[in-house]
Amino acid sequence: MADATSKPAVRPQRPLSPHLQIYTPLINMVMSILHRMTGAALYFGTILLAWWLIAAATSPAAFDYVSRWFSAWYGQVVLIGYTWALFHHLLGGIRHFIWDLGYGYDLRTIDQLSWGSGALSLIITGLIWFSVAFARGGA
Amino acid sequence: MAMRTPLKTARQLGSAKEGANHFWKQRVTAVANLVLGVFLVWLIASLVGADHTAVKAKLAQPLIAIALLALIISGTIHMRLGMQTIIEDYVHGEGGKVVLLMLNTFFAAGIALASIFAILKLSFGG
Repeated sequence: MADATSKPAVRPQRPLSPHLQIYTPLINMVMSILHRMTGAALYFGTILLAWWLIAAATSPAAFDYVSRWFSAWYGQVVLIGYTWALFHHLLGGIRHFIWDLGYGYDLRTIDQLSWGSGALSLIITGLIWFSVAFARGGA
Repeated sequence: MAMRTPLKTARQLGSAKEGANHFWKQRVTAVANLVLGVFLVWLIASLVGADHTAVKAKLAQPLIAIALLALIISGTIHMRLGMQTIIEDYVHGEGGKVVLLMLNTFFAAGIALASIFAILKLSFGG
């Protein structure tokens, strides 16, 4: 008994709970991770919105500088990415609202909602940027 | 030497009693952002290629300015709550966590103040 109390505590090698690298990726799990990642991207992306608004409120020169940045290829890539992140997060939010209300928990519906919101985010982003390109080309 | 288990430290403290409030604010701002986010995309799409004068005039319209202000307020509250959850999930050191939670609040407040000031200046600044 004295032995048991005087020995330094050795942690028994208990099994750890399984984590990401153990699971086979499922679509709702991938969508959940993307929901958080797009949320974080939108968080830092608000810098762009604030920058645009401040520039518009500062001077024509400041606004032209921002406009040129957004019109350049890298600006366009960022904006397309931001559009997709916004709609992915928005549609993921709707999916979570459905689940919050207690609906859509059978496996088939979970898969459909996950694939559906993911696909729709790409379709909407594509439609918006095609119409922007079309409006520009037509002008 | 600490003989206490972590459970002893946690016991009796209970929760911070803020969880339901966090959850509810996140949902309320999410609903607002659904509408206002689509509005933002429409606004920016309608201003593609517009020059400074046109953008200024558009952003100074009362309904546009009000909707933008609503988006900024709802959006920054929502993103602050979301980032708070991310920090609490992944940062376990007490010091680092507190610093990041503060920076999170400063960032959200900074974005909100800068954007609100710009919108008000565009509306009232002549």
